[in-house]
Amino acid sequence: MLSKSQAKVFFLGGTIVTFIIFLGLSWHSLSSEVPKRTHEENLSAKVIRGKVLWEKNNCMGCHTILGEGAYYAPELTKVYERRGEGYITAVLTTKAPWQPRGRKMVAYGFSATDAADLIGFLKWIGETDLNGFPPKPAYKK
Amino acid sequence: MKYKSQKVAYWFFAFSMLLLVLQIIYGFIMGFAHMGYDGLHNIIPFNTARAVHTNLLVVWLLSGFMGAAYYIIPEEAEVELVNVKLAYIQLITLALVGVTAIIGYHFNYWEGRKFLEIPRPLDWLVVANVLTFLGIILVTLYKGKKRTTTAMVLTMGLVFAALLYLPGMIWFDNQTMDSFFRWWVVHLWVEGVWELIMGGILAFLLIKITGVDREVIEKWLYVIVGLTFISGILGTGHHYYYIGVGKVWLIVGGIFSALEPLAFLAMALFAIAMYRKGEKKHPNKIALSWTLGTAIVSFVGAGLLGLAHTLPQVNMYTHGTLVTAMHGHLAFWGAYGMIVFSFISYALPNLTGRNLFDSNTGQLAFWLSNIGMLGMTVAFGVAGVAQVYLERKVGIEFGEVQKEIEVHFLVLVICATMFATGVSLFIYEFK
Repeated sequence: MLSKSQAKVFFLGGTIVTFIIFLGLSWHSLSSEVPKRTHEENLSAKVIRGKVLWEKNNCMGCHTILGEGAYYAPELTKVYERRGEGYITAVLTTKAPWQPRGRKMVAYGFSATDAADLIGFLKWIGETDLNGFPPKPAYKK
Repeated sequence: MKYKSQKVAYWFFAFSMLLLVLQIIYGFIMGFAHMGYDGLHNIIPFNTARAVHTNLLVVWLLSGFMGAAYYIIPEEAEVELVNVKLAYIQLITLALVGVTAIIGYHFNYWEGRKFLEIPRPLDWLVVANVLTFLGIILVTLYKGKKRTTTAMVLTMGLVFAALLYLPGMIWFDNQTMDSFFRWWVVHLWVEGVWELIMGGILAFLLIKITGVDREVIEKWLYVIVGLTFISGILGTGHHYYYIGVGKVWLIVGGIFSALEPLAFLAMALFAIAMYRKGEKKHPNKIALSWTLGTAIVSFVGAGLLGLAHTLPQVNMYTHGTLVTAMHGHLAFWGAYGMIVFSFISYALPNLTGRNLFDSNTGQLAFWLSNIGMLGMTVAFGVAGVAQVYLERKVGIEFGEVQKEIEVHFLVLVICATMFATGVSLFIYEFK
């Protein structure tokens, strides 16, 4: 029968071994995969300013990006490809609340430069290799 | 209550319950907004309600854990807390930082990173606060007569939780890196070290309520927390499927996160087995209901409903949909909400001297809140699955799908009313 000290070894041993594997895999991902998959060479000052704005206004509080965030407004990872620059600029700069089908977005009324930075961020993130996410709708005619 | 200093726990529980009430109110705001009634949009837009809702959750649970630790550690170490005044100061500063953050969220003062919205300058105050808390706990343990496994597991959980907060404070230019380390905080908290805290509290309650020998309970506690870490650490990979890191996480995350329910299954079997084995029948029936309840509901909510969408083939479709909200609600409630409720039900009669052991109000609170939360989970599940098929399989546009599933939020709000009634009765009973 299992003794208390054996149970303790199971806990400590299991934790240490899995944590070391986790650190190793993380190191591998961050050092060699992320720079290529996210096209880190395209991470310009403009894109970074866009990310700052993205966080400053808690866009993730309604939308998702990389599938992460809230489920009140559309997933935006591929929005640049889906809607294009003109549409997104209109949404970001309008002073009247944007409300498709009655669901309101905060009227941020961004300046043209801020909107361009945010679009730079969305364009950059849209080019990330996400292992096939978001999926293509199989039954779409 | 064996030690006078344990009394401080009462105020941590009171603060915790106050925040829970606020959390529920903001939840209703979001439920109505999903139904199409967003009358408060100009004052409390959805992203504000959302940040307040999730952050209040984290803080009320932490406040509950801290209260439990302030109660458990003196009793386990057989010594008074080293500095009670400091513990009260810690509570007051925690409240001040929390209130500042919540007010800030209404004025665009935040960082849009899910669960970690507290701006970095305030993060430092959180760190100082948690260090004060840990200082009191660790010095008390050090000066104590005994260092039991239960106390050590609980303390280890609290120390690791504090350490793991740090990766979330680093700034990254790359969104993928940002997300990668955000999960070190969020996942390794809720599917890792918080389970140590839960396991520690559960072990303490089972020792007190069932009277089973401490050695037996603590042996199984090691097995449970062992299973938690073995599955949960590499299980972090289930958040890395689709965020811009490699395919290795699809395999590692898929396999290990599929094992995560084992820890919760072990916890459920453990609680039931100890209850059956116990000869001592503690008169506090309400605490017993909550203790067995948390072990079982956490297995269903965190274990099974997590398993339902953790495999990469499924998660490809459910990632970033209301299916996540379905799992999230029952998991947080079952594992962490209910363990705090269990502890309050056990500790409050001892702290106040009132024998609230088996009242009708107490039992009604238990059943209403649990049935209400199950109903909410079903409503989220139906809405989520419909969303997945219509949007990700059929290809109907996001907004159109949201119109289709509005009705499920009516069901959600009705069940949430039942849940809120249960919680109100609980607070009324133990005020």
